[in-house]
Amino acid sequence: MLLVSFLLIPFLAALVLLFIKDNKTAQWIAIAFSVINLLCALQIFGNAIPDFDAAWLSNVNSRFVLHSDGLSKILILLTAISFPAIFIATIKNDYKKRNVFLSLMFFTQAGLIGVFLAADALLFYFFWELALIPVYFLCSIWGGEKRIAITFKFFIYTFLGSLLMLAGILFLNAHTLDHSFLITSFTKATLTPAQQTTAFLLFFIAFAIKMPLFPLHTWQPDTYEQSPTAVTMVLSAVMVKMGLYGVIRWLLPLFPMAVQGASGWVVAVSVIGILYASFIAIRQDDLKRLIAYSSIAHIGLMNAALFSQHQIGVQGVLVQLFSHGINVLGLWIVADIIEQQTGTRSMQAMGGLAKKQPTLAILLVGFALANIALPLTNSFVGEFLMFNSLFQFNVWAAAAAGVSIVLAAIYTLNMVQKVAYGEIGESIQKMTAPNKPAQAVLILLLLMVLITGVYAQPLFTLTADTLHKLFVK
Amino acid sequence: MNAIIVSTLLGVIMMFCSWGVKSQNAQKNIALIGLLCLIIANLAQSNGWYEFNYDTKGMLLFSHFGLYSNTLLFALTFIYVWINGEEISKLSNAAADFYSLIFFILCGVSVLTSFDNLLMLFIGIEILSIPLYILTGADKKSMISNEAALKYFLMGSFSTGILLLGITFIYGANGTFHMTSTVIKLSTGIAHEQYLLSAGLILLFAAMNFKVSAAPFHFWTPDVYDGAPTVFTSFMATIAKAAGFLAFINVFSTQYKSLTTSWTLLLTFVILSTLLVGNIIAVFQRSVKRMLSYSSIAQAGFMLFALYGKSDIAIEGILIFAVVYSIATMGIFAVLVKMKENSFEAFNGLAKTEPLLAFATTVFLFSLAGIPLTGGFFAKYYMLAALLKAGAGLWLVIVAVVFAAISIYYYFKIIQAMYFTAGEPAIHLVSKNYQYQLLALAILLLVLGIFPNLLLNYLYF
Repeated sequence: MLLVSFLLIPFLAALVLLFIKDNKTAQWIAIAFSVINLLCALQIFGNAIPDFDAAWLSNVNSRFVLHSDGLSKILILLTAISFPAIFIATIKNDYKKRNVFLSLMFFTQAGLIGVFLAADALLFYFFWELALIPVYFLCSIWGGEKRIAITFKFFIYTFLGSLLMLAGILFLNAHTLDHSFLITSFTKATLTPAQQTTAFLLFFIAFAIKMPLFPLHTWQPDTYEQSPTAVTMVLSAVMVKMGLYGVIRWLLPLFPMAVQGASGWVVAVSVIGILYASFIAIRQDDLKRLIAYSSIAHIGLMNAALFSQHQIGVQGVLVQLFSHGINVLGLWIVADIIEQQTGTRSMQAMGGLAKKQPTLAILLVGFALANIALPLTNSFVGEFLMFNSLFQFNVWAAAAAGVSIVLAAIYTLNMVQKVAYGEIGESIQKMTAPNKPAQAVLILLLLMVLITGVYAQPLFTLTADTLHKLFVK
Repeated sequence: MNAIIVSTLLGVIMMFCSWGVKSQNAQKNIALIGLLCLIIANLAQSNGWYEFNYDTKGMLLFSHFGLYSNTLLFALTFIYVWINGEEISKLSNAAADFYSLIFFILCGVSVLTSFDNLLMLFIGIEILSIPLYILTGADKKSMISNEAALKYFLMGSFSTGILLLGITFIYGANGTFHMTSTVIKLSTGIAHEQYLLSAGLILLFAAMNFKVSAAPFHFWTPDVYDGAPTVFTSFMATIAKAAGFLAFINVFSTQYKSLTTSWTLLLTFVILSTLLVGNIIAVFQRSVKRMLSYSSIAQAGFMLFALYGKSDIAIEGILIFAVVYSIATMGIFAVLVKMKENSFEAFNGLAKTEPLLAFATTVFLFSLAGIPLTGGFFAKYYMLAALLKAGAGLWLVIVAVVFAAISIYYYFKIIQAMYFTAGEPAIHLVSKNYQYQLLALAILLLVLGIFPNLLLNYLYF
């Protein structure tokens, strides 16, 4: 029942919020529900959680099955931490019709959690779409100036991907022995190498669009830029993980032969994407776009590590899924505070944050260092393992991807320099009193960065069973 | 049999109502009660209680599937009259005439779901079409409506001619009009009989494609749908079309084997051109009504998948597609009726002024686009599954989903106008009651989107 409660709490919250017209009350109710959800989610550290299995669509042989393993758990933890953090950090932002905004956010959360738990392909597809549709409305109603066209592009892009995945699901379903959609029967389906490749491609396009992987990334920077920041945080901290989750949960175990065959290409494309995104990030002046491109680079590295097919690489990704979420969330919150108070995202006019708001500047530096994966920060653990695995796969790929560490240092430190140091810029001049709730969230997140950077064992323990299933048959 | 006779009787009764009962509201209520009687009569037959039992010499064959689809289509008509009654009354001061025509159409529907003889197919199609020609021209004073009716009548008659020619050829080859008993294997038949049969089936195929507005026989659709009064476009695009599809499946699920491989080729060509024409032209429409008529062509392309091969999933699929698509289309047309103009701009800012209506419209559009959690998803899902089951290539499924993604573009233009564009919607006053009716339709679609079994379970007992 615990697994169902992960889903029910956000659904309930979303429904309740629709009827609360008062902004303040809605805000507090949202925080309360998300904290309850977090408390529930903390129980995953305990014993094994029983699966939930209920009849659903008997005519097409699909069941409502929720299953959790280390991979699901770590992403549920990330989702559960992100939402209260986002709600508290954006408490001072002004969103018209706040209750509807928050309600749609909770629908997204329910969709995300469903994706991470579903053990039935059709159910997975349902939640995959459920996570997308509220985001479409969130970005189109509350987003920036060019929001409508850009969100539409994002929506059609991802919807096309998921429809192709649906074709893949149907294709697999036709080849299972019992014509069911359960992942356990999918693994038993006997496919020829050619069939595996077809199905692999159909799934992989959907996941690659969602991640996003170069060259299917073109929706991402625009969408991140135009979305309201609270939604951008959800998108980049949690939603892009859906693509990586899909690779680990569905691609690696279901199509081993196809993964083997495609790994060279996928790693090559990922590495090109990493370098491409890093170079573009260096040239960005807009704070949001910079973080967006840096995110593409990081996700590309995780994808490359997944396809390098070594246990340590996958282990690194499992940890990095969580760490990247926390880091990027921190960076977005800092960027949001600056944007809310100065009204601009252009780094040209910034500078001197360290003098004006020293606490915020320290926090920014902390997350920036985590973004470069400096030792003692959480991403070091994951990135080290991922590079190690990539090195074993192909030295040149590892070397090329390694350049991105240098590039990451360039664009991140450049950003820190422009924002925090130097003379006080005209836009930073406008900054008023520090945003206390957001800073409190940032401090907690930074603590998490440091603690998991020094002592990552709990995360390893949590994800051990997924690795075991993948590599020790 | 019950349905055929009761619907005819009700049609005649409604005709007398037009001078016997003066109140428009009473006429609507009589029609609703009549529809209930019709549903009950039909249910009675499917439970083995034959009120009228004539020997038709095997010309009509009442299968459980046929009777169940009757029930569903009658229920859809009930919903249609329940929602659109007021609008129908506005078109003329003798709305009962229209109801009577609708009952005659339902008589045609019941013939089309139960024929086992090509002559009955012809008669059913004529009974269905002729009242539709009249309904298209219902707005007597509008030239566009008149033009549409004439166009529909001429083209419709021409296609019926082709249908008859096809039936004649098949008769020439088979020596009988009966369907089930007489599938000739091409390999064993004599050469000229084979040619006759193939030619006949292809002509029949073309004529049926015309009736369900599949490309390249679709040219009448946009003009007729656009010209007809919106309430009747709604009826034509839903119930009449669904009946056409049921007949189509009935003929070709038994006969397609005699066309062997060329059948797949023919069908693939029609499906691809229908999807292409419907979806691509719909993208460029400025008028919502024309967009919907092209989208209805596109949806027909999806429904044709059920013809690929007869399987349980295809049969279930065509039912769920017909019902879900009809509900969504009726809903969106019911909103369109209330708009002052048919442009996309008319919807600007609707979510602000009429949130309930906007929500219902969104659900209808989601369903047409096939987004999960609405019934439309399962409609598309079943069609794709049927395609794979019939052994069609995966590439066709991929093409279909790409077109489904394109359809998002034109359906979501309305959502964008309603929710994200500021402005004053060009809408007539909409009563609360009407809004709740549409909301009920929307909720029905959502329920079917989560539990499609509700619709299908009755198919099996």
